Amino acid sequence: MRYILPFLILGAMPAMLMAQPDAAEILRKIDKQMVTESAEATATMVITNRRGRETRITSRSWSKGETTSLVEYLSPAREKGVKMLRLDDVLWMYTPQADRVIQISGHMLRQSVSGSDLSYEDMVNNGKLLDVYDAAVVGEEVFMDRLCYVLRLRAKENVDDIAYAQRKIWVDKSRYLPLKEERYAKNGTTLLKIFEIREVMKIGDRWYPKEMYFKDVLANGQGTRYLVDDIKFNVDIPEYLFTKAALRE
Amino acid sequence: MFRFLMKGMLRDKHRSLMPTIVVTLGVFLTVGMFAYMKGVMGDMLNNTAQLESGHVKITSLAYRSEIDVLPNDLAMDNGPAMMAMLQENYPDLAWSERIKFGGLLDAFDKNRETRAQLGVGGIGIDLFGPNAADRERWNLESGLRAGTLPQKPGDILMAEKLAGNMGVAVGEEVTLISATVNGSMSLQNFRVAGFIEFGIPPMDRSIILADLNDVKRMLDMGDWSSEILGYFPIPYYDDALAEALRDTFNVVHSDPIFMANDTLNFSTNLDHDDSIDRFAPYMMSMLDDSNMRDYYTYVDKAGSIISFVMIFAMGIVLWNTGLMGAIRRYAEMGLRLAVGESKGHVYRSLLVESVGIGVVGTVLGTIMGLGLGLYLQEVGFNMGDMMKDSTMMMPTIIRARITPTAFYIGFFPGVIATLLGAGLSGLRIFKRDTASLFKELET
Repeated sequence: MRYILPFLILGAMPAMLMAQPDAAEILRKIDKQMVTESAEATATMVITNRRGRETRITSRSWSKGETTSLVEYLSPAREKGVKMLRLDDVLWMYTPQADRVIQISGHMLRQSVSGSDLSYEDMVNNGKLLDVYDAAVVGEEVFMDRLCYVLRLRAKENVDDIAYAQRKIWVDKSRYLPLKEERYAKNGTTLLKIFEIREVMKIGDRWYPKEMYFKDVLANGQGTRYLVDDIKFNVDIPEYLFTKAALRE
Repeated sequence: MFRFLMKGMLRDKHRSLMPTIVVTLGVFLTVGMFAYMKGVMGDMLNNTAQLESGHVKITSLAYRSEIDVLPNDLAMDNGPAMMAMLQENYPDLAWSERIKFGGLLDAFDKNRETRAQLGVGGIGIDLFGPNAADRERWNLESGLRAGTLPQKPGDILMAEKLAGNMGVAVGEEVTLISATVNGSMSLQNFRVAGFIEFGIPPMDRSIILADLNDVKRMLDMGDWSSEILGYFPIPYYDDALAEALRDTFNVVHSDPIFMANDTLNFSTNLDHDDSIDRFAPYMMSMLDDSNMRDYYTYVDKAGSIISFVMIFAMGIVLWNTGLMGAIRRYAEMGLRLAVGESKGHVYRSLLVESVGIGVVGTVLGTIMGLGLGLYLQEVGFNMGDMMKDSTMMMPTIIRARITPTAFYIGFFPGVIATLLGAGLSGLRIFKRDTASLFKELET
């Protein structure tokens, strides 16, 4: 019997290896769902301030690749016409009230957008997790009735100046959507933000979030809901839309 | 006898002139320093009242709990109704609304691209309304260094040094970048009507003044009010008056549940009781605002200690003058005793002389000290060069202040110390042995 045991263990190893998912592969599948080549979307941001008053901001956005995007606010009236253009690492903001284009950089990128729990970085980020983080699977849990992998992500050594140096994410095992994220500062213990996908939709063969929830742990508000009203993938977007000159149009 | 003493005093300069000069100088320094100390303290309080906190200040409870970070999103609802109520129920005080905020001031070129950008502190005051008393409170007319005062909505005043640092000219359009009370980024263009010098270095480096309604519009505040300041019709801060008003106002108008708790644990009480109306008004006295009470107590104590040391030191000097005077006249005392004058009479005449010298010196010293105080009160002492890098909210011109106490404070060292000195040294008169007086006089 004792001679058979090693063979049994060896025979079972492929199955054991199959049961242990590859964290990088999980990230690749998440990126495939979440990162778009190009997209055009309409969304509503529901912000509840410290006085318990709710503000709804609707916006239209266009994105191309991972580092080019444009967001235009459609309502309320005070915000209408405000645009945010991201070109590589630079973010430009245009407000029709002042007819000014202002560059937002450095620490301002991590400021709240319109009093929400999203930062400007959160708002325009379309980067791949796989390019930025090393990941490890740390367990499996059920979240919102879905069986999830639990991954711990750490920023790669060559990645500097990143908003969230560490993340813990709960990934739907069959849809590969990060249903919950805890986003941490560099020390790995200071929780900065909580992100949840509360409702999903299927567009073609892609699962995509329909309702997201952001909570800035350091802020006093009640969190921000981000509702994707409509989204189209792989659309043709004219290049001129992503220029500073087009912001004033 | 009196004539004899007077003649003696006047003819002997060492008995009259020198002690009187010493007493005069001592009292002059005491009175002058006292007025100066009072002036420095009073200037700081007046500046704080005029520019920062009023004699009393009303905010919402929630705003008060985070007042250091200027939480305009926690301002009081329905500011106009609150102002009307205050003017009706407390007509003796002048009421004035303020909004303080932070932001970036952006100067741009002809292509509307950023040319210079600096962090600024913004203050919204009533520049055009019926309560434009703030123009006088801020001394805008005399502080104006270039351009004009704001003429219409959309005009602002910039601190002269701030404008110099940014290279902004009068009449130029600039963009103020701030955040609305909902947290949205707000960009608003303003015309720089003029440059102003506040005379307070930290303000001269970073402050812009705008009309209250422009600021409300920019911050999307509607009719909310962040801070309402109240001024008693007296030119100085009276803590007892402010505290009495604060206590009665809060009992009547603030949240009763909050007021029933220990209001010292402000944030704790507010955060842990949902039944409290967080936006109910709350009045604080000037010294409650920004923990100034501790500072005031500290400065007041320090001022008292300095005054005491000054009076004590002068007392020692003048006491010594009395001692020296009496010792120097050792032989004279002996002679007077030898010719039959009683010891008690000699001692009393010594005391009378010292009181006379003390009174004359004190009156002269007080007049001179008050003169110096009056000069420093009217003209002031310009410390601008020394304070150019200062971050303290202090005016560059330090002024003295003559208070009723300044009229009599010199009498303590001037008369009492001189009298004590003479009295103590004069006690030796009673130890003189009459039989050996002539023997002593021979030497």
